[in-house]
Amino acid sequence: MARLRTRKHKVVLNRSVGGDIGINVMLILLGAFMFLPMVYVIMQSLKPLDELWMFPPRFYVKSPTLKNFTDLFKLMSTSWVPFSRYIFNTVFISVAGTAGNLMFSSLAAYALAKIKFPGRKWIFEVVVLSLMFHTTVTAIANYLTMSMLHWVDTYLAIIVPAWCTSLGLYLMKQFMESSVSDAVLESARLDGASEFYTFFKIAMPMVKPAWLTLIIYSFQGLWNSGNSIYIYSEQLKTFNYAINQIVAGGIARAGAAAASQVIMMAVPISVFVISQSNVIETMGSSGMKD
Amino acid sequence: MSQNAAAVKTPKPTSRKDMTKFQWTIKEIARNKTAYFMIAPFMILFLIFTVFPVVLSMILSFTEFNLLEFPKFIFMDNYIRLFLDDDIFLTACQNTLVFASITGPASYLISLLVAWFINELAPKIRAVVTLIFYAPSIAGSVYLIWATLFSGDSYGYVNAWLMEFGLITNPILWFSDANYVMPLCIVVALWTSLGTSFLSFIAGLQTIDKSLYEAGAVDGIKNRWQELWYITLPTMKPQLMFGAVMSITNSFSFGAVVTALAGFPSVDYAAHTIMHHLDDYGGQRFEVGYSSTIAVILFVIMVGCNLVIKKLLSKVGQ
Repeated sequence: MARLRTRKHKVVLNRSVGGDIGINVMLILLGAFMFLPMVYVIMQSLKPLDELWMFPPRFYVKSPTLKNFTDLFKLMSTSWVPFSRYIFNTVFISVAGTAGNLMFSSLAAYALAKIKFPGRKWIFEVVVLSLMFHTTVTAIANYLTMSMLHWVDTYLAIIVPAWCTSLGLYLMKQFMESSVSDAVLESARLDGASEFYTFFKIAMPMVKPAWLTLIIYSFQGLWNSGNSIYIYSEQLKTFNYAINQIVAGGIARAGAAAASQVIMMAVPISVFVISQSNVIETMGSSGMKD
Repeated sequence: MSQNAAAVKTPKPTSRKDMTKFQWTIKEIARNKTAYFMIAPFMILFLIFTVFPVVLSMILSFTEFNLLEFPKFIFMDNYIRLFLDDDIFLTACQNTLVFASITGPASYLISLLVAWFINELAPKIRAVVTLIFYAPSIAGSVYLIWATLFSGDSYGYVNAWLMEFGLITNPILWFSDANYVMPLCIVVALWTSLGTSFLSFIAGLQTIDKSLYEAGAVDGIKNRWQELWYITLPTMKPQLMFGAVMSITNSFSFGAVVTALAGFPSVDYAAHTIMHHLDDYGGQRFEVGYSSTIAVILFVIMVGCNLVIKKLLSKVGQ
């Protein structure tokens, strides 16, 4: 590209008023399509019974109440397995799965990104290839694997596979490649630092946005994991599963259903709000070279 | 220490030129053994839970297996049955292709356009808009609200609205009508689909060097569409590739959304996808051999589609 004088003052380039209006109209229409159903869930969860079943239905709530939420908690307390058990299961699975995933993915990502060893290109190709199909394809064979390992109906069947997500490894590796400088690592190596030392003390502190992203992805997946084919025992089921069972109790529980959806979505959405800038920073290096 | 040993013995090959490729590889592997220790935990798990199941499915797809007796090798019979004797599978194939060929490109384009629209907003506003578009994809089972909106009785929001304006006289059973169920599921799937690729596009647009646009303006780029086509898209090609992979893989995996809204099986199999067929034979009838065949076909379609699109995208801007 030709060398050009850079302009000092702020310039708005090639922008027409018509285009601005068009883009904003499109954005507002699409935004309404995305946003209104979410608002409607929240409205539904705050509606008293007579407003839930009024005709014609009204979008907004006139006399908001928290009764749906208290009803939901009452229903929870009458469940056969104590509700705290479901919450414990979800928290335990999410934490254990996420911790292992962060540990193993970043170790592997560091080696793939920053050490030149034979086979690394080939290994990364296989990981990228595995991004191209969904895990439901392997669900049946995985069930057989789990039963061979005698892991069916244990926490292990959920936690251990969560330790090796290819998306986690992919994002971590791409981010390490672009944001950990080779020169720093090289000088540490010349000083006699081991690869494990440079990994923990130099590389890991430099890729905090990627950690957070990986934690969020892993956590979101595990938090939303509902009825797994590997788990039969009621005592091992998750919060998401239990809450879905409650709201499946019929249309009389429409209010409680909306309340449960609000609770279920509140957690991943708040986590994203807190970490958004880190996630976007990580995604900056997510590109795939051919 | 090793230097001394080498000095005593006959001179060992030390530079790459003196060695065969094999010797060089062995030496490199020995020198980098830490790297192998580092990837070992991940790769062992990856082999057990990702690579092995794919291979196992491929093997089982040539067998008849009911989980009780030892698998019986029947060669291509499952494939023949699937394509010649299983009408529902052909319906499922058709539905899957319709579903994926609409949701995949549409979700990709919406992600890209919205990311591009919001790119020039102030950072605070951009963060809020990002959240609004991204939230449905992480909000768990909130898509069930669409079942309330399109509820089949007159309490459903859409039915009530249409009746009030006199467009219909009787409520429409949206999710039990073969004409509506598929388009509705596509809309809901799209609603949940602005996920990883969307974030990747936002980030990709943010990392583009502003001076490229200024240079472009000097070089005669007249409007924002030219700017998009000649500067923005070629610069963010790696993100476009990654986003494509995410969108395509997702577009084939909306089974759960469809089941939750349309039930299983859906009316007249109007929204029956390969994923449902797989679940039917694997999860309910325990015909493991046959369902593995379905899984292999789905695997081939997903990976094949991804590889073709990736190849096409790599030609953008060349």
